[in-house]
Order: sequence, then C-alpha cells, then structure tokens
Amino acid sequence: MTRERSLTFVLLAVLLALPFAAQALGHPFYTTLATRMAILALAAVGLNIALGLGGLVSFGHAAFFGIGGYAAGIVATHAMNAEPLLGLEIPASMPVVWLFAALAAGIVAAVTGSISLRTSGVYFIMITLAFAQMIFYFAISWKAYGGEDGLSIAMRNGFPGLNTAVPRDLFLVAFGLLLAGLLAFWRIRVSRFGAALQAARQNELRVAAVGIEPFPIRLVAFVLSAVITAVAGAMFAELNRFASPSMLAWPMSGELIVLIILGGTGRLAGPVAGAMLYVMLEYWLGGFTERWQLFLGLMLLAVVLFARGGVVGLVAGKPGNG
Amino acid sequence: MNLVASRERFSPSRCGEKDRAKPRDGERASTSGPPLSALVIEQLLNGVQLGVMLFLMAAGLTLIFGVMGLINLAHGSLYMVGAFACASVAAATGSFWLGLLASLAAAAAAGAIVEMVVIRRLYDRDHLDQVLATFALILVFSEGTRWLFGSFPLYLDIPPALMGAVALPGGVHYPVYRLAIILAGLAVALGLWLLISSTRLGMRIRAGESDREMIGALGVDIRTLYTVVFALGAALAGLAGALVGALQSVQVGMGEPVLILAFVVIVIGGIGSIKGAFVGALLVGIVDTMGRIFLPQLLSALLGPAQAASLGGALSSMLIYIVMAAILAFRPKGLFSAGA
Amino acid sequence: MADPVLQIENLSKSFDALKATDDVSLDLRPGEIHALIGPNGAGKTTLMHQISGALKPDAGSIRFLGKDILPLGIAARARLGLGRTFQISSLIPEFSALRNVMLAVQARQGSSFRFLRNVMHDRTLVAGAEEALQRVGLLARASVSAAELSHGERRQLEIAIAIALGARAFLLDEPMAGMGPEGSRALTGFLDGLRSEAPILLVEHDMDAVFALADRVSVLVYGRIIASGSVAEIRADPAVREAYLGDEG
Repeated sequence: MTRERSLTFVLLAVLLALPFAAQALGHPFYTTLATRMAILALAAVGLNIALGLGGLVSFGHAAFFGIGGYAAGIVATHAMNAEPLLGLEIPASMPVVWLFAALAAGIVAAVTGSISLRTSGVYFIMITLAFAQMIFYFAISWKAYGGEDGLSIAMRNGFPGLNTAVPRDLFLVAFGLLLAGLLAFWRIRVSRFGAALQAARQNELRVAAVGIEPFPIRLVAFVLSAVITAVAGAMFAELNRFASPSMLAWPMSGELIVLIILGGTGRLAGPVAGAMLYVMLEYWLGGFTERWQLFLGLMLLAVVLFARGGVVGLVAGKPGNG
Repeated sequence: MNLVASRERFSPSRCGEKDRAKPRDGERASTSGPPLSALVIEQLLNGVQLGVMLFLMAAGLTLIFGVMGLINLAHGSLYMVGAFACASVAAATGSFWLGLLASLAAAAAAGAIVEMVVIRRLYDRDHLDQVLATFALILVFSEGTRWLFGSFPLYLDIPPALMGAVALPGGVHYPVYRLAIILAGLAVALGLWLLISSTRLGMRIRAGESDREMIGALGVDIRTLYTVVFALGAALAGLAGALVGALQSVQVGMGEPVLILAFVVIVIGGIGSIKGAFVGALLVGIVDTMGRIFLPQLLSALLGPAQAASLGGALSSMLIYIVMAAILAFRPKGLFSAGA
Repeated sequence: MADPVLQIENLSKSFDALKATDDVSLDLRPGEIHALIGPNGAGKTTLMHQISGALKPDAGSIRFLGKDILPLGIAARARLGLGRTFQISSLIPEFSALRNVMLAVQARQGSSFRFLRNVMHDRTLVAGAEEALQRVGLLARASVSAAELSHGERRQLEIAIAIALGARAFLLDEPMAGMGPEGSRALTGFLDGLRSEAPILLVEHDMDAVFALADRVSVLVYGRIIASGSVAEIRADPAVREAYLGDEG
C-alpha cells in the first residue's frame, strides 16, 4: 500500500477511535472535537475538488458552507413550529436537510460559477469572494431567519436509526459522511473527469487542443465541490445547534483554504489531516492562550513558505504521476 | 475566527459623531427633518469621503499588484497599524498631528519589515500561496495587536482645529473634519499622480508595471524598489486608518471590511491602474453611501415599508457587489488597463 | 483530384499597424505534406493560431473537411480532427507520457463526464495511448512524467497526442526544433510515413527535412505568401532565394 493510503487509513482510524477514547477516559468533550474534525474535513474535501484538483482558488466557499448551515436551521425551525416549508410538510430529518442543502448550494454554484469561471487569476478570487459577501449580507438582513443573530436549532434534525442528540451518534453520522465524501473525491480524481480537471489546472490550452472544453468540466467540479461543502455546513450547524452568519463570512472561506493547505492540497488525506491539526491547535493551543491564532498564523506562514505540500506532503512525499 | 465586523464599520453613516436625523424608512424626507437636497449633498460628500479613503487603500493595493504582481490581504492590517499608532501617540503626547506622523512612520516601517521578511519570498509564487501567506499575516497582526493593546478599542479624538461644522451652499452643515479628510485624500491623490508621472521613482514604478523582468536587466535595483513600493502602499493605508480612526473607534479587525471594499475598487477600476483605483474608489464610495440611504426609501415607495425594511437593508449591502459583477460581465478586466 | 482537407482563403489578421497575415490563401490536399517556410517573424505561428482557433482572423475563411470552422473554438476544431503541435511543447507536466496521450484518446472517445471508473483500468484508453506512443517510439518512457522528458521526447509526445486524437490533418509547428541530427533524421522518416494517415501542414526551419518531405512548399514573408509550388520550383524561384533561402538552395 502506498504511504499516502496508509496515512489516510491511520488518520481515519484515529478519528474514529476518538469518541471511544473519550468515553473510556471520561472526557466526553473529545467526541465533540472529533465531530468537529470530521465536519471540517468534509467541508475541506468539497473545496479540495475545486481547489486541489481543479486549481480554482475559490475565496467564497463559505457561501456554500453557510447555505448548508441555514438549510439545517430552516428545516429544524419549520419542523419545530410545525410550519410547512414552501408549502410542504418537511420532516426534521438530516437526509432531507442534506437534499435541500445540496439543491440550494448546487443552484447557487451553477449560477455564480458560470459567471466566475469566465474570469481567471486574481479576478476569479475576487469575484468568488464578492458572491460570498453578497450571500452573507443577504443572510444577515433576512430577519425571518434570525438576521444578524443567526438561527438556533433547539432540537437537532434526526437520522433514521440513530439518536442525533447523543454526541456519539452524531459523530457517526458525520464520520459516515466524511467517508462518503472521501470516496467521492477518490473516484473523481482517478476518473476521466478528474483527469480532464487536473489537466486543465496545469495546462488549459493543451486540454482544449485535444478537444476537451475546460469550462464545463470546471463548472461541474465547482458545483460538486459546493454540494459537498454545503452538506458539511449543515452538519456544522447541527453540531453547534446554531446556524451562524459567521459561517458565511469571508474568514470562513480563508479557514477552509487553510485546512487544505495545512493538510496538503489535492491529496486525498489532506483535508482530514488539515482539519485534525487545525481543531487540535484550536483546542490545545487555545487552552494556553487566547492568542492561539497568532501561532496558527505563524505556522501557516511556515507551511506556505517552506512546506508547501502540507502534512501529507511531509509524510508521504509527492503524489505518484500515474 | 472573529476577524470580521458583522457590518461594514467603515461607512460614515455609522460613525460615532452626531449625525443629523435621517428620515426613517417609510417616511418621505421632505415631511420630517432636513430638505432632501441637503441630505443628498451631505450623503454625496460622505460618499466622496468614503471614496477618498478607499482610494488610499486601493492605490497601495493596485500599485503592489501592478508592480510586484502580488495580492496583499494584509493591507487591512497595515491600515489598523496606522490607526493604532496614531491613537496611542496622540494619547501619549496629546497631539493628533504627531499621531498622524506616527501612523505614517509606523505603517511604512511595518510594511518595509513585512516585505523584507515575508513578502519578498512570495513574488515568484502563485496567487494561492500569496493569498494564504498574507492571510496568515492578518492573523499574526490581529492577534499581535490584541496582545499588545488588549481587546478594548482605543479612542482617537478629532483635533480641536478641525472640530465643528461648516455651512455649505444648499443648507448643509458639514463636519469640518470630514471635509479635511476629503481635501487630504485629494491632495494625496494629486501627490501620487505627480510622483508616478514626474519623478524617477515614478518612472521606475511605471516601467516595473509594464515589464518586470526588463527593469531588472536595465540595472534598476529591484529589491529596493519593491520594498519602497510596498512601504509606500503601507503608509497610504496607515494614513487612511489614522484619519478614519477619529471617526470611529480604533480596534482590531477594523481593516478587514475596508480591505474587501478596496479589492472591489481595484477589480472595478482595473488591477494595476491608479486612475482606475481613483475612479473605482469614488464610484464605490458614492454608490455604497447613497445606496444605503436612498435604496430603502426607494423600495419603500415601491413596495411598502414592511417589505422594504428587510429587503432594502440586504440590497444596499449587496449593491456594491452587484455593481462589481455587472462591470466584470462587460469588462472582465475592469474599467482601465494596468499602468493607466 | 480529391477536395482539399484544409482550405484557407484570403485570410488576414492585423495587430494595430502590423499586418501579421496578409491575404493568405493555401490548401492542404489528402496524402500530402505541405511545408510552410519563411524567415522568423513572417507570421507562421500566427497563421497556425488562426487555423487551430487560438486567434480570430480579421477577414477570410477557413474550411476543414468542407466545413467552415471559423465559428468554432479550439476544442471543437480538435474534435473535428485538427491535430496541432506547438512551437514550444505544451504538455501536462505532472502527468506521465501515457496519461498525456490518454487524455487525447479520452477526448476522441467522447465524454469526459465519467466519474466512477479509474482511467488506468480502462483498457481502451490505455491501449489506444500505448499504441500512439509505440508509433512515435516513446513506449519505453510511458510512465515518465512529461516534465522529466527530454526536449526531443516532448516533441515526439506532442505528435503522439495528435495521432491519438485521431487527427484528420496535422498542423506541426517546428517539430524538429532543438532536435539533434539523429533525432531530426528519425522524425523525418516518421513523418514521411505519417502522411498516408492524414496530410500534414508543416511549419519548419530545417531545410533538409523540408526538401526531403514536402510535396509542396509555400513561402511566407511579412505575412504574405510570396511563392508556392513544388520543392524544385521553390528552390529555383529568385524571389524566394532573395528573401529567404540565400545561397542555400
């Protein structure tokens, strides 16, 4: 087995073991941490499709993360108040939330992506940021769903067969989603679509010269990436019992990119490594000092300047060229 | 991360000064409060003031991108450094003017140091690396500032010479300080234009913008040039921060909303173009300010007060981004080309 | 005589005051190698860009297999069978030689919107790519990344890609450039055999190759075709000698 694959398994095994260790050691908080890691990893897996594989530096993925979060909040609110949503009786069920999140994020990504992807370079970065800002301001003005205060989720949406109010069960849902996301990423990367996408990242002209239009490939990648990040956002809101406008704010977009860079851009395990490292830093360093983000900043600088391949790059070297 | 204020703190309509009573949503301006024309003039001036401050930020950003090809997310931090320097020196010495000098010096110094230690390594990297590294710098600056100054805002007072309001034609009483900012900003714009067009440094800057490799070959000391350009951009940002600091409080994170607006400005104006930064800044400043005041009123006339309240707020915040997207749809590279 | 595969008529392109392409007409007939020669800066690559779709001409028409291709973009023209190689090799650096060619096979087969199957396990893609690599003599280097290939190998790889995409006409932009004498000889022999598969529009500076291979030669100077004919005719043409060949002919 390649080193990269071993690393992936090890990381996932450690992540899976955390809630059980939490129980054994009498630190239930670890389960929450592990859930947070899994969710952020999933969000980063989504972005990794656009950014890592496609080279699309989206500084607006917070928009999709937040759309997912608000999908969870809105469904929960309507269920609790027994109000129909869009004329339908919506069950307070996570798969339903994911469906809504995916649809909403997919549509927004299709529309904004078809505009943004006509630009490139720094313009693309700026226009994705701009679209995310638009959605942010829209959300904080939407008084019906909390406005600036965000949307509380008093009772989590349910998942068949599990009790999502129990931290361990929630973790299992998140972990399952992460596995599904990683599987999707892996299949995409080795597929024809992934080949075209990664080729377009490296040499757009060559891809066109063999007869493949880069634009539709990138647009589909952007939409897929948005959908996965949105589902992660829905889970994030469930975990915190709160859909916050800060999920839509631009530092969140930066945070998602940081997760990928720390872990290793374009690598399968990158998002997992990055998320675990980030949450650990947040918790562990944050225990020492409120100024932990200073050290995060320094660490990030070091990674960008000296260890470009992130954790996975350090441990498993460069990816094979297939 | 709580880097971002939940609203644009920068717009003058939300400043700490005493504002004139604005008509509430749903009420027509002429039946309560000041005449509409005076309101329009006042908000127009506010828009120009915002624009001029945005220009200070945007000019630095666009210079740095035009000459060095670098996206600098840390520009908002330099704005913050200027504000903090001004506030602390002004508090220590009692002189706003000394504080202003300090802000220029501190921001320029911070800029120069950062350029030499970090930024220099990024010129050859792709945009993603630049975004990340400068994003990391934001974290370092923000948390570092919190460490030094604590989490509470500092206060900066308007100097006595610039207090009060002045009567302008049209029945407007406009704060002297804001007028001073407008004049200062226009003076800086003029100075910058003279610098770029008529001095040797300006010539090197223009040459650097059109062909980076060439000027190295021609024997211009690139490294120093880049440090100077970066420090110049930083000083402009610091100046803006100090000037605005007297209108609002000086706190960590004050630079980020401005940064985003400044990016919108340079994208609209055309990255690398100072003229574009000027036009874009005024456009954004005026549209944003007037939009926030008048769009809700316009909507309430069309839709009725209840709908207009929420929709108006949302739309006016989104307005600037909608404008940017529209401009990019027709001119994907902004209004002016680089070096204009 | 069969219809020309590629027909260019009255093509013009200016950049401000510079006439890069000045009323150029030429065609490419089945089974032939048509060489396009001319001094540096004559506009040969600009012409190639207009044929392949990278640049839009100001005036004139281009017909490929009887079809007007001016409204089409680069990818659409490639799908019709226009196989272009570049003056400076343009490859996917992180991909191996095999994967570079597989991309072309994938494009030829139709849809790139397949998400589930691993390309390396896709026999048709791999076999098709291996065949093209075999033909240009690169099969032994199939798993080497394009960034690590030698200059000459990269030129070969570009041709393999053009073959794999099922070219109905080859547009080769200085394939011999930077190749040593042995490499040039081998490539000349190869191109000689390639013409039966699809005609070749060959932009070249290497006169030995041109005189050995070309059925027809057109001479481009300052954007205009100053002469067009057989190798013998061109070598004898005084205007050509003066403008380009000097005493070499």
